[in-house]
Amino acid sequence: MTATGSGQALTFAGEEMRATLPGALQWPAAQALIVADLHLEKGSSFAGRGQLLPPYDSCATLAGLAQVVDACRPRRVVCLGDSFHDEAAASRLPPPEQKTLSELARGRDWLWVAGNHDPRPGCGLAGDVVSEVRIGAVVLRHRAADDAAGAEVSGHWHPKLEVRVSGRRLRGRCFVVGDQRLILPAFGALTGGLTVRDPAIAGLFPNGFTAYVIGYRRIHRLPCQRLGR
Amino acid sequence: MTPPLPTRFAAWFAARGWQPYAHQLEMLAAARDGAHALLIAPTGGGKTLAGFLPSLIDADGGDRRPAGSALSTLYISPLKALTQDVHRNLERPIAEMGLALRAETRTGDTPQAKRQRQRRQPPQLLMTTPESLALLLSYADSADLFAGLQTVIIDELHALAGSKRGDLLALGLARLQALAPGCRRVGLSATVAREDDLRAWLSPHAQPADVRVIRCPDDRKPQIEILEPEGWMPWSGHMALHALPAVYAAIAGAATTIVFVNTRAQAEIIFQQLWHINEANLPIALHHGSLAVEQRRRVEAAMASGRLRAVVATSSLDLGIDWATVDQVVQIGAPKGVSRLVQRIGRSGHRLDRTSRALLVPANRFEVLECRAAVDAVRARTLDGEAPPPGGLEVLAQHLLGVACAGPFAADALYAEVRTAAPYAALSPADFAATLAFVADGGYALKTYERWRRLEPTADGRWRLTSAAHAQRYRMNIGTIVEAVTLKVRLRRGPVLGEVEEYFIQGLQPGDTFVFAGEVLRFEGVRETTAVVSRASGGEPKVPAYAGGRLPLSTHLAARVRAMLADEAGWSALPRPVGEWLALQAQRSRLPGADDLLVELFPRGGKAFLVAYAFEGRNAHQTLGMLLSRRMERAGLGPLGFVATDYVLALWSVHEADDVEALFAEDMLGDDLEEWMAESSVLKRTFRNVAVIAGLIDRRQPGRERSGRQLTVNSDLIYTVLRQHDPTHVLLRATHADAARGFVDLDRLAAMLKRIRGRILVRRLDRVSPLAVPVLLEIGRESVFGGGVDELFDRAARELIAEATGREPDEPARGGQIPLLATVTP
Repeated sequence: MTATGSGQALTFAGEEMRATLPGALQWPAAQALIVADLHLEKGSSFAGRGQLLPPYDSCATLAGLAQVVDACRPRRVVCLGDSFHDEAAASRLPPPEQKTLSELARGRDWLWVAGNHDPRPGCGLAGDVVSEVRIGAVVLRHRAADDAAGAEVSGHWHPKLEVRVSGRRLRGRCFVVGDQRLILPAFGALTGGLTVRDPAIAGLFPNGFTAYVIGYRRIHRLPCQRLGR
Repeated sequence: MTPPLPTRFAAWFAARGWQPYAHQLEMLAAARDGAHALLIAPTGGGKTLAGFLPSLIDADGGDRRPAGSALSTLYISPLKALTQDVHRNLERPIAEMGLALRAETRTGDTPQAKRQRQRRQPPQLLMTTPESLALLLSYADSADLFAGLQTVIIDELHALAGSKRGDLLALGLARLQALAPGCRRVGLSATVAREDDLRAWLSPHAQPADVRVIRCPDDRKPQIEILEPEGWMPWSGHMALHALPAVYAAIAGAATTIVFVNTRAQAEIIFQQLWHINEANLPIALHHGSLAVEQRRRVEAAMASGRLRAVVATSSLDLGIDWATVDQVVQIGAPKGVSRLVQRIGRSGHRLDRTSRALLVPANRFEVLECRAAVDAVRARTLDGEAPPPGGLEVLAQHLLGVACAGPFAADALYAEVRTAAPYAALSPADFAATLAFVADGGYALKTYERWRRLEPTADGRWRLTSAAHAQRYRMNIGTIVEAVTLKVRLRRGPVLGEVEEYFIQGLQPGDTFVFAGEVLRFEGVRETTAVVSRASGGEPKVPAYAGGRLPLSTHLAARVRAMLADEAGWSALPRPVGEWLALQAQRSRLPGADDLLVELFPRGGKAFLVAYAFEGRNAHQTLGMLLSRRMERAGLGPLGFVATDYVLALWSVHEADDVEALFAEDMLGDDLEEWMAESSVLKRTFRNVAVIAGLIDRRQPGRERSGRQLTVNSDLIYTVLRQHDPTHVLLRATHADAARGFVDLDRLAAMLKRIRGRILVRRLDRVSPLAVPVLLEIGRESVFGGGVDELFDRAARELIAEATGREPDEPARGGQIPLLATVTP
């Protein structure tokens, strides 16, 4: 597995990792690539309820995933839950996107972690379904557990950071990294975000955190002690 | 020869000591002739009665009413409050003459039970809004309801035509005409520059000749003064705080004054500052669109009963109920357009026999010129005359779904019907088909939504709705007014004060103070969809920034300002500081001519400045700034930033441009524009509006916000995905069209680039020119260029680190390759 240039190295739970564009976590020692909240087929999910959103989100999301998988060549890929926007989404995945997925999964371990949108993800697709994964001392699950004992990597909250710089407002999806917790940004093309200041996220980091914000061509490291209050 | 009034009506007029106005009788004649009529009259000219008189007389005759529905006259106004006011005003003649007819209002505020009853047993006269008409038309029984309609009256037509609300209403009227082919149209309007456009809009066939114009001459000469201090005049800024003592004196000297301002932020600050000097404790109130409705109603009621001496207001009071007591209008800041100024002045002296009195208060030197130009225009009775833009496809999409809600339709017939509406007279079959495809199944190049389509073909080739749920959703989302995402502002243990844009609140830390609803408030935190605040005092309160609201300088007014600048002989009539300023400019550089482009280049603070006196309004200048920056980037000039005002664009860069002519070549509207528009936040904002109107994403419904964040979709993300995968989609085309005439103001920019070809006057100076000073003082509010998102994030990181370590942040690294042009919402 190779580390890609477009990212920021970080240390979490004593492990060297890398936040990589456009929003994946690389863990070279574990030869793992981790992504969260792909929300595939979100567009068609809305269409089923009468709101005809564009049908291109799966294609766009998987193009981004293919890009980072091709760049990193991991031995295992962990999709950290809410990979599919609803339970029937996998069956709606158009054939070209199914093909993309199976090509990506070829020759490597592919783990679908169950999420709240997709309690039984990836039905009929390549890969294994798990409720959580343990790699070394780190537990990978969809949603951060209130009572997590050790180091934990999760998704679910779609964190984004908003900052004011010289009187202007900037926002970007971000990784949230504390001493024992790491939360990934949502990877899906149509997934919005929740500000890290929201108690749902900030409350998980009583000692503050460092945000790794996804910029246009780079990832930026922003220590956010004050936000963790 | 105009027919006399029926006896009962003549007696009623006589009993009140009135003579019918000539235009009222002419309107009656038009009705007798069955002619569509456009009444052009100033406020206070008995316009509404003129519109209704034929219907009242008809109802009195009682013999022409067809069987079936009783509804004979529909009155449509842009304001709910106006429907109620008109209703009250009509009740009087109806009651006093004992006419056997019922008049009722129907708006979003009408209780459900009454609305249902109105559909079963309609009144003869119904007063409503464009949105409520669209709602009525979406029911299957609308054909019966409107079958007997004889007259439809559209009030404040000048305020509707040319807008998206006007587009929607025009489509609704086309539908109405199909249901009641004999229906006569009546329009009531203020004076406009392009009368034939209004006639075409009103005509059931988009033909100006169909509509008879009836005029009520306005012989009043409004008495307008400009507040021009003899001593000092600010170089920049928009608050005119220097003039407030004089404004206060003017308020004290009149019975009731409306103080108009151009933005809500201005309203808050002016209101605060007036109270600071309000030694006599005059009752002065505040009115703008973000205040709670109850609060606004209280202010309006206090105005109506003459209990206020002044109200500081934004365009929220441009239209509305006539207040007889208002005898003075103050306009703070330049009016930006002549038509709007005339409208505002007309809010005082609301009777034909009274003179309107107005005081204009320029906030800076350029505004002195603009105010002068506006007053000249009012005296010369010339108005802004922008051609109405073609109807929006997103509005058409909304209408098509509404038609389907009422019953199946044939596409060909509906296409023909839609084209009878003036905004859509030139609609191409392809655009109609693409819009229909969007409504049916999303209209995407990738055909995957067959099973979720909203419309399906019937056996006889018509289109019908697939599910009643779509009709329900349509009815929840009617209208073309898209509000910014806002949060309620509530006093702790107190009432809701109003609403503020979400992004402003998100930028506040608990403990920060801000000015809102005329008070200084301390932000305590957000609870669900409400910002909780408490009263505070002192500190350095922020002022909420509101999206939009600022109109760019109109072309007509800009031309007049240019002419004033070019006319050296006229400078002596200007206030001394302004005249001297222009004379100094003539000495140091030169003045812009009436139809050329003056470009000044000079060094300042180690940077190369370029100032272009384009006079095309802030939006067009912003776009020009973006495009010039890209071009300078490619030329290796190292652009660093720019700032745009209504009059001027200033850019600064590492190196000075040598070939200015090439810099302004027209081809900048090609690829650069496309690339910029793709990334621009302006386009994303426009797309959101288009997507909401077209029914792609839902409006925020009160009480539904909490049903989970998964229910809302970020329109920016939809825009990005759609642009990458379906770049010719009809909603993207609608977005382009909308932005081009709005925030991006492309048409105006294109016209300018064409006009100035070969007419660019370049002045290379060794220092800043007098005329360039105002725009340079605006620096600090400039648009981000070159730095881009990444550099700003870097700066944020440095600032945070500096804060944590207590050290000064490092100077940001300048120069080098700048990869991205970013628009960042300030």
